[in-house]
Amino acid sequence: MALLEVKDLQVEFPLGRKTLKALHGVSFSLEKGERLGIVGESGAGKSVAAFSILNLLTRPGRISAGEVRFEGRDLSKLSADEMRQIRGNRISMIFQDPMMTLNPVLTIGTQMIECLKAHRDISDKEAKELAIARLRDVMIPSPEKRMDSYPHELSGGMRQRVVIAIALLTDPSIIIADEPTTALDVTIQAEIMSLMLDLCKTNNVGLILITHDLAVVSQVTEKMIVMYAGRIVEQGETQDIINNPKHPYTRGLIKALPQENLPGARLNQIRGSMPSLDAIPVGCAFNPRCDFADENCCKNLPELAGPIAHQAACTKIDTLPEFTAVGARK
Amino acid sequence: MSELAHSPLVEIENVEQRFGGSSGFLSPSQPLVKALNSVSLTINKGDSFCLVGESGCGKSTLARAVIGLNPPTAGHIKYQGNRIDNLSTRERQPYTRKMQMVFQNPYASLNPRMTVAQTLQEPLQIHFPTMSRAEIEAKVEEVMLSVGNDPSWLERYPHEFSGGQRQRISIARALMLDPEFIVADEPISALDVSIQAQVLNVMMEAQESRNLTYLFITHDLSVVEHFGNRVAVMYLGTVCELADTKNLFATPRHPYTQALLSAVPKMDGSGVNHVKMSGEVPTAMDLPSGCVFHTRCPYANDRCKREIPKLKDNGDTQTACFAVEEGRL
Repeated sequence: MALLEVKDLQVEFPLGRKTLKALHGVSFSLEKGERLGIVGESGAGKSVAAFSILNLLTRPGRISAGEVRFEGRDLSKLSADEMRQIRGNRISMIFQDPMMTLNPVLTIGTQMIECLKAHRDISDKEAKELAIARLRDVMIPSPEKRMDSYPHELSGGMRQRVVIAIALLTDPSIIIADEPTTALDVTIQAEIMSLMLDLCKTNNVGLILITHDLAVVSQVTEKMIVMYAGRIVEQGETQDIINNPKHPYTRGLIKALPQENLPGARLNQIRGSMPSLDAIPVGCAFNPRCDFADENCCKNLPELAGPIAHQAACTKIDTLPEFTAVGARK
Repeated sequence: MSELAHSPLVEIENVEQRFGGSSGFLSPSQPLVKALNSVSLTINKGDSFCLVGESGCGKSTLARAVIGLNPPTAGHIKYQGNRIDNLSTRERQPYTRKMQMVFQNPYASLNPRMTVAQTLQEPLQIHFPTMSRAEIEAKVEEVMLSVGNDPSWLERYPHEFSGGQRQRISIARALMLDPEFIVADEPISALDVSIQAQVLNVMMEAQESRNLTYLFITHDLSVVEHFGNRVAVMYLGTVCELADTKNLFATPRHPYTQALLSAVPKMDGSGVNHVKMSGEVPTAMDLPSGCVFHTRCPYANDRCKREIPKLKDNGDTQTACFAVEEGRL
């Protein structure tokens, strides 16, 4: 049995008379120590999927159907108290903006010790030692001194390191990271990503990495999911999807990257934009933007199909031309 | 390319920018921020000149100095050979028409209380007060169509549009006065990947059809490689490498450029293998002596700590680095 198993998850946001559906039956699983990437553009539902695992949906959002099984228990059925035993303890979360995650009026040390004491029966002294050890793991120089620093005294990269140290404090089995490096510079991003990769490997921690950056996903994860308008359109082994994407949307995303085009040439753009939740097209949600769509695509919803190692939800897979990389990867 | 294409359009000479530092009777003393230190660049006609660097390196400050939003503390900025950094608003007006700006955040750069039509008409009303209403409307429609915007958008307000559409409206606004030179400060950073491609294509098409020159600011190196023909790499208010885009990506010389390029995530399955730099970026309030990069540079020696390196031509690129000069690299 997988460590985490999300089955046919549906999330909706009741708004007055109408109800917006953010997730239409999303399923995926994560084994111990496995790293999964969730990719998509704004509005695809990737953050909603991750937030619903930990029951962090903003009200009135709610899970309307499906289940989230973690070590065999359905997380969506837990009480608030039981959920607190899991959240931040067995499953940790890292958010995009470390300044928003950390409490600005408490020192790093206080926040770390607080987190440990909330989940463990542990003395102040032991908690402090453990916190310092974790700060050392994330390569923060002179961690003893940093324990007394406030978040505003640290740079963005250092703050995100502290957040990672806190996420690792309780030896979780899964870390969910929602765009952890989007707010950071590219050199800091490379450092944080290689650090997260090392820590996940050495501690055998599973990682769910949510990002819009296909290159980051290809560097860090083993499996990936591509989402569009609240559904999974492609899933499978990361390298396989990057090198041989099947769904026209995934292909469009990859082909739109400047590094996938010859310098100076027009970029391959996907026309139009992601539909809003109250106007999702009938049939395949991608059909108005797809070059290959036919009548069937505008009527019937395609299901994920193909071998489990690489599935795509497109009825036209067999008739699509072969994918060829251009630009830098050629 | 013709002789004319290589004539300099914008010359930036030894520009320095300082912020704060003064203390008045009632204002507490503020630290002196050295945002730009002796920056010299020449942007030729027809260039897509890219400025890259990490947050706080001064790329936006330089753009704002060029466009006249923050006149530089020292140094000269010339447009077609005429000094423009010391002009009054009135004297500057003929240049304003030729130099326009596109900002990063299209949610903040469009006035939420003006319709798209009002936003686009305003520059024409200011610069061509004699233009008739019909002429103005015709011009607005022509520009909207040229950047692929539906003219039916004109009666709507900015909040009715997505980020990509707003950025295309911002580009249309910048094109209203038929400028020669456009400063674009991270115009696509706030947008999704598929939308980034749309906006970049619009900008490239506008350049071809209107002979535009761009100063394009970005932190995304893959965009630079695709879009730019010249590129300047900045670090802590200093230009550390200046080159043709092709050469910079083929043979980066400066240790910082090498580290920066290695940090760009790649999709070839090679994993994360970046050049590791020691320490953190120092602040512009307390610049390191000598070469600003020496605190993090693996090749730094005593000379790097004492002297400030100047940009020197070394064939493919211009590099400000003693290690490159002395062949230590």
